[in-house]
Amino acid sequence: MSDADLLRAMWRIRVFEEEVGRLTRANEVHGLVHLSVGGEGVAVGVCGQLRDDDPVYSNHRAHGHALAKGAPMGPLMAELMGRDGGLCRGLGGSMHVVDTAHGFMGATGVVGGNVPLALGSALAARLSGSDSVAVVFFGDGAVQGGIFVESVNLAALWKLPAILVCENNGFAEFTPRSAHTPVERVTDWVAPWDVDRETVDGNDVVAVRKAFRRFLTKARKGKGPFLLECLTHRLRGHYEGDPQLYRQALAAEEWQELDPILRLQRALGHKGFEEEARAEVVEAVESARASPFPSSDLTTELVYA
Amino acid sequence: MPETTYLEAITTTLADEMRADERVLVLGEDVAEGGPWGATAGLADEFGPERVRNTPISEAAIAGIAIGAAQSGLRPVVEIMFVDFLTLALDQLVNQAAKAHFMSGGQLTVPMVLRTQGGAGQRGGAQHSQSLEAWLTHIPGLKVAMPARAADAAGLLRAAIADPNPVVFVENKTLYFRKENAEPGDVPLGRAKVVRPGRDVTVVALSRLVAESLVAAEELAAEGIEVEVIDPRTLVPLDLDTIVESVARTHRLVVAHEAVVHGGFGAEIAAQVQAAAFDELDAPVARVGAPFAPIPFSPPLEDAYLPGRDDVSAAIRALL
Repeated sequence: MSDADLLRAMWRIRVFEEEVGRLTRANEVHGLVHLSVGGEGVAVGVCGQLRDDDPVYSNHRAHGHALAKGAPMGPLMAELMGRDGGLCRGLGGSMHVVDTAHGFMGATGVVGGNVPLALGSALAARLSGSDSVAVVFFGDGAVQGGIFVESVNLAALWKLPAILVCENNGFAEFTPRSAHTPVERVTDWVAPWDVDRETVDGNDVVAVRKAFRRFLTKARKGKGPFLLECLTHRLRGHYEGDPQLYRQALAAEEWQELDPILRLQRALGHKGFEEEARAEVVEAVESARASPFPSSDLTTELVYA
Repeated sequence: MPETTYLEAITTTLADEMRADERVLVLGEDVAEGGPWGATAGLADEFGPERVRNTPISEAAIAGIAIGAAQSGLRPVVEIMFVDFLTLALDQLVNQAAKAHFMSGGQLTVPMVLRTQGGAGQRGGAQHSQSLEAWLTHIPGLKVAMPARAADAAGLLRAAIADPNPVVFVENKTLYFRKENAEPGDVPLGRAKVVRPGRDVTVVALSRLVAESLVAAEELAAEGIEVEVIDPRTLVPLDLDTIVESVARTHRLVVAHEAVVHGGFGAEIAAQVQAAAFDELDAPVARVGAPFAPIPFSPPLEDAYLPGRDDVSAAIRALL
């Protein structure tokens, strides 16, 4: 993916999510909504290098990962609105987005819950002789859970071709990382297993792409696991509506320096992707609004395959 | 009829399914060594370490890896050594496996089997002896099989591996080593079996209580009381029709399981039968099960705690 493509992909996520925020306040998008505004560099730097047959797992803050992996914007918006035309026919919602056609194997509302699933997909790739690589996104808050340690141990023991991508935004829900653990870096957490690991500036999409590419090249040859820790900033609250009494907002000028989109835009001197994204988002919202709510029969139809 | 044991039926079926389909793999603690009872004995020699995977004692991650593998096209059969330790994997089973197909609008399927075993009677104490199947039946998206006999263990395991949904397969450790005549055959999920016909009272029994109920039925037959014994074999889906059809003839129902009565699956059977066939019942549905207490270790206390043939007989007599 070229630098211009990275910028375009980040703008799509930014504009989409800001619109989701507005639609949440307008009660058109429903439920618990977690936005990744500010974290687009990680989603794009990682997913931009993957194929449709590379399974990607995400977490409760999933819209950016889904879009970056190729999920179509209209059906994604329809899903957040609970419509039949949604990616999951309105049965999943924001925290449970899935798009198997593009290898987006799903988000989860359980913090850390998807980490072992990615390892299972990596195992399936190995046993079927495929060179596909499994990726899972999780936050720094997931690392303190027991299942994370269980998973890292098994991934390292079985040398699974999986790349663990931690978005370390310094906050686990409403609490700073320092109040949850004395271990500052997530890369330190996997040191005993000698997992190949790197911490990068997650606000620098080019740096994310470069570090991830190094791991991906090895993982394609069946090596693994890898851990990429991306230091990011969660510009918005934990969820839409979070009053954020627990922290000071960044000064606007300070954020402009950090913003992964503006940084790359300054470097490229390119403008126009924002407007292009706005047009696409308008169309996505219109198509989502045109989709009906699902029939209530659907609730019992899809309990079992 | 070929003679086998419940445990041999499991081992043989696993090997047959692994031979027939290279997507089937087995993973769990000590499975390459056969596990504590030998359920997976010999599989590692035939199929190798990639398909018979020993795991560390990490129940949550084992379950999660199986779910991901199933979503990506494999057919994992996970072993959780004791049902008591399923608690450690419940988040994965309940929040991920059970809901993936539904929440994805049908895009994902999780064709995995989680084998485990429960039951008391071996002085294992309160953390190695429980019967926790009712919890699992409360979760839409899971199927729950609970075979009582070797032939059903084989047939149901084959059906579970073929099923596109997550199936929890609950064995019972006290049934493993009995010699049985087991005619091979298909056993679909969701079909009960009338294991003994009778006209006076219907006993719906689960797992170990099936054989106990058959002994009780033999004893009562000597007194002219004819007991019909039904093994539902799977709890989800439940074959209510077979049970209701029987109650429509006998007009009396006892449900018997080893689990604690309070909140046990017997309550669900009782509720469904009275809703479907209230007019057919000549007496309240009776429930046999364990008292509302953890399983005691001391041998005489454990023996007294465990429901068995005498409890079934007493419940039947009280209804007549």
